[in-house]
Amino acid sequence: MTARIGVVTFPGSLDDRDTQRAIRLAGAEPVALWHKDKDLKQVDAVVLCGGFSYGDYLRAGAIARFSPVMDTLVDQARAGLPVLGICNGFQILTEAHLLPGAMLGNDHLHFICRDQKLRVENAETAWTADYTAGQEIHIPLKNMDGRYVADEYTLDELEAEGRVAFRYLDVNPNGSLRDIAGVTNEAGNVVGLMPHPEHATEPLIGTGRTDGLPFFTSILKKLVTA
Amino acid sequence: MSRTPLDTVEHAAATPDVELPWAELGLKKDEYERVVEILGRRPTGAELAMYSVMWSEHCSYKSSKVHLRQFGEKAPESDAMLVGIGENAGVVDVGQGYAVTFKVESHNHPSYVEPYQGAATGVGGIVRDIIAMGARPVAVVDPLRFGAADHPDTKRVLPGVVAGIGGYGNCLGLPNIGGEVVFDACYQGNPLVNAGAIGVMRHEDIHLAKASGAGNKVILYGARTGGDGIGGASILASETFDDAKPSKRPAVQVGDPFQEKLLIECTLEAFAEKLVVGIQDLGAAGLSCATSELASNGSGGMRVTLDDVPLRDSTLSPEEILMSESQERMCAVVEPEKVDRFLEICEKWDVIATVIGEVTDGDRLEIYWHGGKIVDVDPRTVAHEGPVYERPYARPEWQDALQADDANKLPRPQSAEELRAQVLKLVASPNQASKKWITQQYDHFVQGNTVLAMPEDSGMIRVDEETGLGVALATDGNGRYAKLDPYAGAQLALAEAYRNVATTGAKPLAVSDCLNFGSPEDPAVMWQFAEAVRGLADGCLQLGTPVTGGNVSLYNQTGEAAIHPTPVVAVLGVIDDVARRTPVAFQEEGQLLYLLGDTREEFGGSAWSQVVHDHLGGLPPKVDLERERLLAEILISASRDGMIDSAHDLSDGGLVQAVVESALLSGKGARLVVPDGLDAFTFLLSESAGRAIVAVPRSEEVRFTDMCGARGLPATRVGVVDGDTVEVQGEFALPLAELREAHEATIPALLA
Repeated sequence: MTARIGVVTFPGSLDDRDTQRAIRLAGAEPVALWHKDKDLKQVDAVVLCGGFSYGDYLRAGAIARFSPVMDTLVDQARAGLPVLGICNGFQILTEAHLLPGAMLGNDHLHFICRDQKLRVENAETAWTADYTAGQEIHIPLKNMDGRYVADEYTLDELEAEGRVAFRYLDVNPNGSLRDIAGVTNEAGNVVGLMPHPEHATEPLIGTGRTDGLPFFTSILKKLVTA
Repeated sequence: MSRTPLDTVEHAAATPDVELPWAELGLKKDEYERVVEILGRRPTGAELAMYSVMWSEHCSYKSSKVHLRQFGEKAPESDAMLVGIGENAGVVDVGQGYAVTFKVESHNHPSYVEPYQGAATGVGGIVRDIIAMGARPVAVVDPLRFGAADHPDTKRVLPGVVAGIGGYGNCLGLPNIGGEVVFDACYQGNPLVNAGAIGVMRHEDIHLAKASGAGNKVILYGARTGGDGIGGASILASETFDDAKPSKRPAVQVGDPFQEKLLIECTLEAFAEKLVVGIQDLGAAGLSCATSELASNGSGGMRVTLDDVPLRDSTLSPEEILMSESQERMCAVVEPEKVDRFLEICEKWDVIATVIGEVTDGDRLEIYWHGGKIVDVDPRTVAHEGPVYERPYARPEWQDALQADDANKLPRPQSAEELRAQVLKLVASPNQASKKWITQQYDHFVQGNTVLAMPEDSGMIRVDEETGLGVALATDGNGRYAKLDPYAGAQLALAEAYRNVATTGAKPLAVSDCLNFGSPEDPAVMWQFAEAVRGLADGCLQLGTPVTGGNVSLYNQTGEAAIHPTPVVAVLGVIDDVARRTPVAFQEEGQLLYLLGDTREEFGGSAWSQVVHDHLGGLPPKVDLERERLLAEILISASRDGMIDSAHDLSDGGLVQAVVESALLSGKGARLVVPDGLDAFTFLLSESAGRAIVAVPRSEEVRFTDMCGARGLPATRVGVVDGDTVEVQGEFALPLAELREAHEATIPALLA
C-alpha cells in the first residue's frame, strides 16, 4: 500500500506536473486536485506547488487562499493533514494563516533563479524526517516574492519552538529575515518553504542533485508506517 | 442628431471619391491603388485597415520574399520535416512518435519603445505560435543585442527587456534555456530582442491554421480586445525610428502572462479532445491576420460578426477591432456539435470564448458590423497576395575598404605579461563576461525536464522520461562577421549553432532563423540581406538541415545608420538519450584537453580586435561546412560512446575564452601547452571556425584519437585539466579567483 498525495492546480500553477513526478519518484501516488473543487479525494497529504496562482495579482497567494479547495484544506490541515507549500504554495499557506509570517518582494527587486544552499533546521516535521538536523542541502530557488518577514515577537517564538525549518546558507538571496527559507506549524504537519525540492529529484535534470527527494520520501514513510 | 453613415461595402461603392487615410496607415500610393483594383471600388475603412496591416513589411515580407524563396528552393532532402515554411512554425520529426516545433521571432522595435512590455509580448507571441501548431511549449530562448554596455540607454533598455522576458516566461512556466546577450554600439537605438520557443507533441496532434468545412464555427477565445497595439505591425515594425514623429508607445501591446498560461492549458485540453479543426493565434495584425489567414488557407470562405467580439473598450471602431494587437487571444475553427464542449473547457479555465462567425461555402471573407457588411474580400488577396518588391541592391562602396583593413595586421601583444593582460581584459569585456546576472532572472527548472541551460553550448530538454529522448537548441549570430561578409557571416552563424548543438551530443536536424537588418530601401542593406539569405540557404543545403520557418525584421535603423546585418540562426538537434549529453564544465582533474580542428591566424571581426583595438575590419574566419559536419559527427560519436566528459565549442574569444568558461563552471583549472606550429597569441585568441575543445579521460585517449585519425579530423593534445589556475606553459598563469572576479563582476557593475 502506498500513500496518495494530492497536488492542487490553481489557475497559474506551474510546477504541478513536476511535483506529481517527484511524488511518483519517491514511490507515492500523485493525485491531481482542482482549485474549484472542495473535494480532496481522500488524499493522505497535499502539496501546494509553485507558480503564480491567479497571476499573483493583488499579492502572491492572496486570491488562491479564497478558492474552494482551500476551504476544505484549511480545516483538514488544522486537523492534522500533512501539507507542504512550495514557493507560491508557501505564500498561499501564509495568506491562509496556516503558517505565520508573510512574503514580500525580493530586496533586490529581481526575479532570482539559483541553486541555493540551505540548512535543515528541523528534521522532525512530516516533510523533513529523512534529513538530519543541521544537514546542508542544495535546492533550486526561483521567485520574485521570496522575502520572508514577520514581527520580532513571532520570529523569536519560531526560533524558540524550533519552527524555523530551513535557513539560507552562504547567500541570503532575497532579504528574508533571519535567513529563513522555510517554517513549520507547531504540529509539524504543515511546512512551507521558498526553494523547490521537486526540482532536485533526478540526477540528470536541473542542477543534477537529488537533495529534494527526502521531502517526498519523508512523508511517504510517515504515511505508510502510520 | 446626425451621424456619419457606417462605411459599408455598399456605401463604399456609392461614394468612390471619399478620401481614405491610406498613407497614415502605412500604405504606399501604388499599394492603395492596387487595393482599389482588386476590389473594383474603393475599400471600406475596415478593408483598408486590414490591407494596411497585412500588407505591411512585418506581415507580408514584401521586401524579403523574393530572397526567402531560396530556403524552399535549396532545401536539402530531409526525412525529418513534417511541416515546413508558411505555417505558424515548422515541425520536425524527432523520433519515437514525437514531433517538435520551434521558431525564432523578433520583437525589436516594441522593445526599444517600451522594453518590459515589448520583450514580454515577444515571448507571448512566439509561444502562441507554438501552441497553434498543437504542441505543448517546453522551453524558450532569447537572443538579445543591445547598444554599448556602458551607454546610458542600455541601462534603460536591458533591465526592462530582461525583466519583461522573465516576468512573462517565468509566469508561463517555461524554462529559459539559452540565447545570447551581445553589446555593440551599432544596436544603440535599435536593440534586437529575438525570442525563440520549442514545443513538443505527438505526430498525430499537429494542427494547422486553416478554416475548412462550411458551417464550422469560428471561436475567438482568450483576452478581450482592447485598443492596445493598434498598428503595431504596420507603424512600428515596418518603419525606421524618426525623432520628428509622435511617440509610438501606444502601438506597443501590453501582456498578461497569467491569461496566456490559461490559454495554453485550455488550448491543449481542447486539442486532446480533438475539438479543433483549425487554429490561429492572434499576433501581429490581430483579427485581420487570423481571419484572413484561416479563411485563405481553408477550403471555403468565412463570415464574421464583429459585434460579437468581446471588448475591453466599448468605444472601439470596427477598424480598430480589426487592427488591435491585444495579446493572449486565439481563434479556433470548431465543428458545430463540438462547440459546446469547447466552450465548456474555456469556462473551466476561466477563459472568455465567443463564437464570432462561421466557415461558409463561398470564397469570400465577409465581416459584419451593426448589421452592415463592412468587409467583402477575397482573403487570399489580404493574406498571401500582397505586394512583392524586387528592391534594388548593391554591394556598398565601403565594403572593399572594410575588408582591406586587415585585423591580422593589428599590433599584437609583445610579451607574456601583455598577452596575460589582454586575455584578462577579454574575459572581462561585456560580450565575453558572464551573463549570470541576466540569466538568473529566468526560471531554468520549471517543468522538470531541463538537462542543459545557459551558459551551456545549447539548451537541452528531455522529451520522454522513459527513453531519455531529448532535444537541443542553440541560437547564434555574429553581426561583426556578417558586416565584414554577409554571405560568410550567415554561414558562420549557422555553423556555430550547428556546432553548439553537436558539442552537447545532439544531432542537428533543422534550422529556424531571425534575420535582423536595416532598411530595405537602402540598396546596401538590401545587398547584405540578399547575401545573408543566399549564404544561409546554401549552408543549410550543404549541412542537410532545412529551414523550417523564421522571421525577418527590417528597418532596424535610425536615420542613415543601420545595425550590423545580424542573421540569428537557431539549430534544433535531437539526442537519443539525454544521459549522454556533454556539458561545458570540466569534470575530472587529469583529463586530457584536445583541440579539434585547424587553427589559423584569423582575427577579422574577432572579440580580441574589438576589445583590445576597438577595430572592425578584414575578413571573418573561413567557412568550411564539410569540416563542421565532420566535427559534429565526431562530437556526437564521442558523446554517445563515452569518450569525452566535457566539450566546448570555440567561437568568439577563441580557445582561451572557452577554457576559462569550462574552468570557472567547474572550479577546476587547466594547464595548456602551445602546440607546435602555433604561437601563443594565435593559439589562444584566433577565432578559426570548425573547432571545439574536449576533455578526454585518459582511459579513452587512444580510442578517441584513433577515431579522429581514421576520420581525418585534426586532434591536438593541448593540455590537461588540473589545479586552480589557467596556465599557459612558458607564458602566464591566471588564478581562477582572479579570472572569476574579472569574468563575473562586469555585468553587475554595469547594470545592477
